[in-house]
Amino acid sequence: MPNSDTLRQKILVLYLSSSSLEAGVVAWSLYDGTGEYLHMPGDTEESPYQTGIEALKDGWRLIQASPLIQHSEGDEFKTGYFKYEFFFEKIISKEHD
Amino acid sequence: MTDLKLLKTKQMAHFAAKGFISFPSAVPDHINQKFLDDIGKAPSENEKGMMSHYSNIMKSSTIPLVPAGTSLKDSYPEGTALNELINLPEISGAIESLVGLDCLLDHHFLHITFPQKYWEKSKTPQRSQSIHQDSTIDPRKAFDIQIFYFPHEVTKEMGGTRYIPGTHFRVVSESSISRYQNIKGQEHVICPAGTVMIFHMGLWHGGGLNQSDQLRYLFKIRLCPKRRQLRLWEEGQIKNETEPQRPIFWTDGKKQEDHLFSILTKPEPWFEMDSGRLEYLNRIRFWRYISGDDNFDADYWVTRVENEFL
Repeated sequence: MPNSDTLRQKILVLYLSSSSLEAGVVAWSLYDGTGEYLHMPGDTEESPYQTGIEALKDGWRLIQASPLIQHSEGDEFKTGYFKYEFFFEKIISKEHD
Repeated sequence: MTDLKLLKTKQMAHFAAKGFISFPSAVPDHINQKFLDDIGKAPSENEKGMMSHYSNIMKSSTIPLVPAGTSLKDSYPEGTALNELINLPEISGAIESLVGLDCLLDHHFLHITFPQKYWEKSKTPQRSQSIHQDSTIDPRKAFDIQIFYFPHEVTKEMGGTRYIPGTHFRVVSESSISRYQNIKGQEHVICPAGTVMIFHMGLWHGGGLNQSDQLRYLFKIRLCPKRRQLRLWEEGQIKNETEPQRPIFWTDGKKQEDHLFSILTKPEPWFEMDSGRLEYLNRIRFWRYISGDDNFDADYWVTRVENEFL
């Protein structure tokens, strides 16, 4: 029976080209709580999914999405961090190793 | 300084849009070899890890110690590899075109990307460097440049610098963006010996994973302008009339890829649908800054939002 001692989180972060989960992926990150893989900057050229929806279809659970924030006066044209960040998780049982 | 090879308008436009310019094999082999000799070699018995190596190489190297804010022309003594490098016609021409040859040296540094054995000695899992923007948050219109000099061949296995074309106008705070592991359109430097790349200070980048058994060297020189960067490149020195607008959206369907407006409005693979358009505005405003032409626009992106009646 899995319990909190044996369950581990895998995190997928997708940055999409708009606020819709149907939008294309422009950047991505993976963090593996099982310790099986050490993902790192610059390690892949192809995103694991082309859209956010694809990740949902593959069993990733959406746990956080960026809110749409009104542009403050004077900052309307400034660019900085990616705007459309979506955090997904998968819970993995270490007992299955 | 003789035979200055100033940048052409197309090269400047590429720099405005992409945030870098490349000069493959620009530095002759004898200068590369002299530079590698200047670095020196840390005694192998002292190779206890990465920090130890840096400490040893700094002691043995003859790379000059230059106080921040020194004029570039006073930074490197005649006869040194670095003096020869910055006086190459292509390199000095690019420096003059971007920041002016009377620029100041902010700092220089030998970046070493270590192979696996050094990480083992440091008892740290080998990792690539996170993506970051150098220095600190920097919203200026004036811009510094960073010369990236690769004195030896950089193979794929050596984990050459990763960089994201077109990110230079994004105002972020240094390594705050390290959460972004991979970005569509990212490039990795793979180059012959003597390659020089010049980055806009804001370009996002990070060192790769060195999977070879050799040290990988990158020598970086940051230069700051001493005056307004105004019409410094070749054709920029002639003040032209504002270039007329062309039909947009509904066109004759012909591509004009070499047109200045096309270069400034070419999207990058990582562009978000909405904020990608804001990058066009950033590039146009940058062009206004370096050309002094406050009416300049490319495909009406800025004019449209300036059409205000108060």
